[in-house]
Amino acid sequence: MTFVLNAEQELFSNSARKFLSTRAPVVMLRQLRDSRDAIGFSRELWDELSAIGWAGLLIPEQYGGVSFGYVGIGIAAEESGRTLTPLPLLSTAVLGVTALVKSGSSAQKSELLPAIAVGKLIIALAVDERSRHAPHRITTRAMPIGSGFRLSGHKGFVLDGHVANRLIVSARIGTQDAAAGGTTLFLIDPHAAGVTIERTLTVDSRNAAEVRLQNVAATEYDVVGAVGGGAELLDNALDAGRAALACELTGIASECLERTLDYLRQREQFGRKLGEFQALQHRAAQLFCEIELARSAAFAALRALDDGSADAALLVSVAKAKCSEAARLATNEALQMHGGIGMADEHDIGLFMKRARVAAETFGDYAFHSDRVARLCGF
Amino acid sequence: MQAAILREEMRNLGCRPPLYSSGLSMLGPALLKYGSDAQKFEHLPRIARGEIRWCQGFSEPGAGSDLASLKTRAQDCGDHLLVDGEKIWTSHGDAADWIFCLVRTDFAAPKHKGIGFLLIDMASPGVSTRPIRLISGVSPFCGTLFDNVRVPKANLVGAPNAGWDIAKYLLTHEREMIGGRDVRVGAQRPLYELAVREIGLERGRLVDAALRTDLACYEIDSLAFDLTIRRVRERSASAQGIGALSSMLKYYSAALIQRRQELTMSIAGTRALLLESDGATPGETARGWLSSRGHSIAGGTSEIQLNIIAKQVLHLPGT
Repeated sequence: MTFVLNAEQELFSNSARKFLSTRAPVVMLRQLRDSRDAIGFSRELWDELSAIGWAGLLIPEQYGGVSFGYVGIGIAAEESGRTLTPLPLLSTAVLGVTALVKSGSSAQKSELLPAIAVGKLIIALAVDERSRHAPHRITTRAMPIGSGFRLSGHKGFVLDGHVANRLIVSARIGTQDAAAGGTTLFLIDPHAAGVTIERTLTVDSRNAAEVRLQNVAATEYDVVGAVGGGAELLDNALDAGRAALACELTGIASECLERTLDYLRQREQFGRKLGEFQALQHRAAQLFCEIELARSAAFAALRALDDGSADAALLVSVAKAKCSEAARLATNEALQMHGGIGMADEHDIGLFMKRARVAAETFGDYAFHSDRVARLCGF
Repeated sequence: MQAAILREEMRNLGCRPPLYSSGLSMLGPALLKYGSDAQKFEHLPRIARGEIRWCQGFSEPGAGSDLASLKTRAQDCGDHLLVDGEKIWTSHGDAADWIFCLVRTDFAAPKHKGIGFLLIDMASPGVSTRPIRLISGVSPFCGTLFDNVRVPKANLVGAPNAGWDIAKYLLTHEREMIGGRDVRVGAQRPLYELAVREIGLERGRLVDAALRTDLACYEIDSLAFDLTIRRVRERSASAQGIGALSSMLKYYSAALIQRRQELTMSIAGTRALLLESDGATPGETARGWLSSRGHSIAGGTSEIQLNIIAKQVLHLPGT
């Protein structure tokens, strides 16, 4: 495994940072929040980013993507963490695309992937049913009727669900209980009869939706992958999302450390720069070490996903746990070291803290992933 | 870099290094950079062949973290220096043939400026050592006394007052060696295997739920740390050494080793507390735990490492 970006990736990283910091700095999130924007992200920005390949980072070239791999999507996620830019990157370009590319039928791929690549199609993955992440505890049912199915159930925290053109819904076939498996993924049209979607706003000023399904019709052509084969597929898609979130959290943590270091170098109290106080120097140095470990873990997870390594799931959970923890520490320390001004809404640190909380919780927090690490290691 | 690859591959094969030598890992690089031709020809071949056991004379009873306040005096007597003073924490001082020392050459100069880097033959009249017993019961450490020891002036490395720069360079190598050597948390057998053996599983999970959580957290950090060692090495492959980032490796490895030892004690429970019993190696776990406390002290305390990171990596202001 190599940790060094190749020339192409290095170039992408630099241009992504330049693009987002000039075209979509933190103030964009503020404006979307304060104007109570109905979408929650900028369609124009997503169009622009799609034109330079962002929506198709994981899409094969034959379907109009740039096939830049998970390292590529990780770079994009990290940079969007530094600027807190709300984008359908996670919902669509990572989760939706991973599920479709890995196991979609060729009809599904040719219908959906080219439209995703040009930024015209938003996908939302409807997984969780309880407030703590538990993707395999599914009560949503898909009752076989003829050659098709009828879906009923309730999904929460569906990212970008309110603007999605397609939902990917996890459900259990028939009346089988959890132990019998039967998890299956369905492509569902959000405008189909029996689907109700309610937009909810999260503390980080982004979107998640409540999705209710009541006898929603699906055909066998709407199944993603095999009937009953959804559990592994779901894990694959979620692991891709977790790795991207780990990178976003690394970006948040790094940005907060850098902003805090600038503040410590410039702010004076007691006739000295804050950065001269050893109590703060040591905390900044400890935070630096934690972020370095988080960055290594995130990068290793991306590489493992690209290589299809057997330890990819383990490395993803290590990364999601470590990066969530580093970002929690970074945002807490950043706020504390900024003192009173950090509590003010006009200051950006609070926005980073809120996003870090949501990203850490999304698809499994530290407790979820440390438990998964233990299970994968066999203890 | 090639040395690092060789070390890593040998560790993966479970080989011990052919030679544990502070001459090889610390003095060698310093002599290559700062030594005279005569000093290189005299010492480097013998270091490479492992003929001479070197020890390090830096710390003093009154100069620990504030190493530059050292007081061992080297008085200029024409063709030789007269050395008088006391060094402490000299590893294997009682078995060493030579010692590389920091000595005060100029008491009038600012404390960092009046220090010389001196090579001393331990067989010289006036050199004596005494062993220091540690809380773990065993120790490689000695105190080393210099009582008016005559040392040829040719044994000074670099200028008489250039010792501090040489020491800083050498300490970077020491930290890198410590940070890379001891940690290797992933190359050791995973700690959870010991726990599974000792405590047992119930429905695939360790019986002790709280300990299971602690072990999972340790596993996450140790894996992330191993990946960081590889990343830092790879990133600096083209550059000369890893510089101040060695402080990060040293700082974090010390903390991880200490966590590992405490967890090992917890896993073994009261059995780890027995100093004498019929077991194969009684007291080994406890000695490992006790000596691990030294990791955040020896080779520059963790607080000193954080100072270095704050100033040299994060560029925070201050003295």
